[in-house]
Amino acid sequence: MNAPLPGAASIGDGAAVLTRARLSIPGMHCAGCIAKVERLLSASDGVYGARVDFSEKSVAIDHDAALIDVPQLVRTLEQNGFAAHPILTLDAAADSADVAAARHHAMLLSALGVAAFASMNIMLLSVSIWSGLAGDGRTIFHWLSAAIAVPTVIWSGRPFFQSAWGALRHGRTNMDVPISIAVLLTTGMSLYETATRGPHAWFDGAVMLLFFLLGGRVLDSMMRERARAGASALMGASASGAMLVDAAGRAVWHAASAIRPGDVMLVAAGDRLAADGVLIDGDARIDQSMLTGEAASIAFTKGQMLLAGMLNLDAPIRVEARAVGDDRRIAELARAMRDAGQQKSRYVRIADRAARFYTPVVHALAALGFLGWMVAEAGAHQSLLVAVAVLLITCPCALGLAVPVAQVVASGALMRSGLLVKDGSALERLAECDMVLLDKTGTLTLGRPMPQSLDGLDGTARGVALALAQASSHPLSRGLARSLNDAGVVPADVSEIAETPGVGMSGQWQGQRVTLGRGAPLAHAGMAMSLAVGDGAAVTIAMEDVLRPDAAAALAALSALGLPQQIISGDGVGAVEKVAQMLHLPATAAADPDAKFALIKALRAEGRRVLMVGDGLNDGPALAAAHASIAPSSASDVGQQAADLVFMGDSLNALPRAVRAARMTQRVVRGNFLLAIIYNVIAVPLAMAGWVTPLVAAVAMSSSSLIVVANSLRLVRAAR
Amino acid sequence: MTAGLIFLIPVALGLGLFGLAAFHWALRSGQFSDLDGAAMRILIDDAVEDDTPLEGDARKG
Repeated sequence: MNAPLPGAASIGDGAAVLTRARLSIPGMHCAGCIAKVERLLSASDGVYGARVDFSEKSVAIDHDAALIDVPQLVRTLEQNGFAAHPILTLDAAADSADVAAARHHAMLLSALGVAAFASMNIMLLSVSIWSGLAGDGRTIFHWLSAAIAVPTVIWSGRPFFQSAWGALRHGRTNMDVPISIAVLLTTGMSLYETATRGPHAWFDGAVMLLFFLLGGRVLDSMMRERARAGASALMGASASGAMLVDAAGRAVWHAASAIRPGDVMLVAAGDRLAADGVLIDGDARIDQSMLTGEAASIAFTKGQMLLAGMLNLDAPIRVEARAVGDDRRIAELARAMRDAGQQKSRYVRIADRAARFYTPVVHALAALGFLGWMVAEAGAHQSLLVAVAVLLITCPCALGLAVPVAQVVASGALMRSGLLVKDGSALERLAECDMVLLDKTGTLTLGRPMPQSLDGLDGTARGVALALAQASSHPLSRGLARSLNDAGVVPADVSEIAETPGVGMSGQWQGQRVTLGRGAPLAHAGMAMSLAVGDGAAVTIAMEDVLRPDAAAALAALSALGLPQQIISGDGVGAVEKVAQMLHLPATAAADPDAKFALIKALRAEGRRVLMVGDGLNDGPALAAAHASIAPSSASDVGQQAADLVFMGDSLNALPRAVRAARMTQRVVRGNFLLAIIYNVIAVPLAMAGWVTPLVAAVAMSSSSLIVVANSLRLVRAAR
Repeated sequence: MTAGLIFLIPVALGLGLFGLAAFHWALRSGQFSDLDGAAMRILIDDAVEDDTPLEGDARKG
């Protein structure tokens, strides 16, 4: 990502090397932000260009690494109110899969464009033929249609032919097999008709079929593309590089790929580690929630092992890198996740399951039509025409649209209500789930420490506390500031605010010194802050990770949907017990990532279909292995990437809403299949009787597609 | 068959092909890769003149 561009430009006389960096800026939400970010960056020395990708909420910056480095770019943005972090991909395989997906999407769009052009132009020619053009004119028009249709079938049919061939080679069949056979046979038969100056050619039918089906494919792919952009925008939370201390003692920023075992990393407060390593200098307070899901920060001392992805909370530390790149624990987890995800890729989608019944029936009917007319001594030519008409008219135009249109409409509705759906099969799998596993930290709870109560603080203390807390980015301060803001507190006029790493905030208020710092925790594994105003006694504010609002109501709604729940957490027994008792749920505590994965495998072996709800990196393999999975948007980037759905906001009500919408989508999809069957029951006898002319085929195919689309639009309100 | 058709059909096809070529050019130059951004950018005032785009396609980084 930060590699020099191919053919790096030389600018002016010096050998300036242009480097491209990508930063994720989740806070961009309007046109003004785009303009501001691009202008800010372009105005910096050493930056040659900056271009925002709004769908991805990211910016690509071409810059001279000698003049300005990535941390400086991040700082430039942060000083102007845009939180930014470098985008990192977990490994090269995920990155190239992304590129391949984007290329496939572009290929589908291009195929759709060609099919649209061809079907319109062939239709134009066909209308004259349907209106009674005969003789040489008709033959010329047929040849013209052929000249347009044959290249189109080759170009736009590729996605179907490739998929059908892939399935056939492995002895399987899918939706694309009957599509490919119908398109190829229809085109071949039409060419023969054209060459023998016959009255009917079905070029328009073949190309229109491709157009409708590609429409469905593009919708399906757009849904995944949108989610992919969302997911890669969220990849920023882990460090993409570190400040390395060189022999002369200077700290220079290097990308994660450039770190070697033995390098010494300087990790500032608030930064994440980019490699696994040993703490060689300084005492550290570490937030390792991304790895273990535990909310409490943990003290590390010299000589202890730290892992990539851990967040350094208090003071700057020095860490000697031990494991880098693919040897890091975080990369191991990513591999486990990918292996677990293979299970999901073997899932057979509902359209392909339908095709298993559909294909033999359709092909049998076509063969029957051919044999019937042969027996009736209509001749091989006439019999073959009937068979082609049966294949064309039964071809799953409506079936090919039934699933993607319904799923796109439903996922659009879910997106408006704050739920991001990764792909269509996620909705199918979610509708089938029959139980729920919930992680505790960050899933049932908010995953950020909040004050247990503000009762210990009087009016002035609240104002002072807010003024100090809002000036810090420490998780405890942020939690305190948030709940004070929610309580409507107005910050006091505190001046000379300063932050001492590892100690806390201090400032001057009405001539008195005020401090906000770490306090002695009241209970085991709890956290606390301490506020002192002037010479008065310090007030201790106990902090804890609280349950999400309406967690109980959301879980009750899930039970009403027939989904029993269980808690599985990496947290200690005590903390898990407390939450489990509050929510009356069975719980498993102290489960590491492998244990979570194992539990899901065991449940699957029992025939259960598990919906996993989790957020941490430690939930990654479980999220990938479960039948379907949901993560909150506050989840670690790994969690968001592994999950099928991501919900915004704090409310767990998103869970029952997603399940209801998925089930409703499944009902509409089945309704669409029923409509397609009814259509076929009417159309097939007509085709068998030999009454299906190209005009009848065109009208029948378009009207059946329109009916299916109209039925799917009912899902606009699915997420209510 | 009138003589007019000899002109009209190539013209119709040519216009269609032109549209198709334009679509492919747009697709290749990345105009479909950030649809939300395109919708937003139309609202940006370019009073401050310093909106120089990157060389090539910025989104393939």
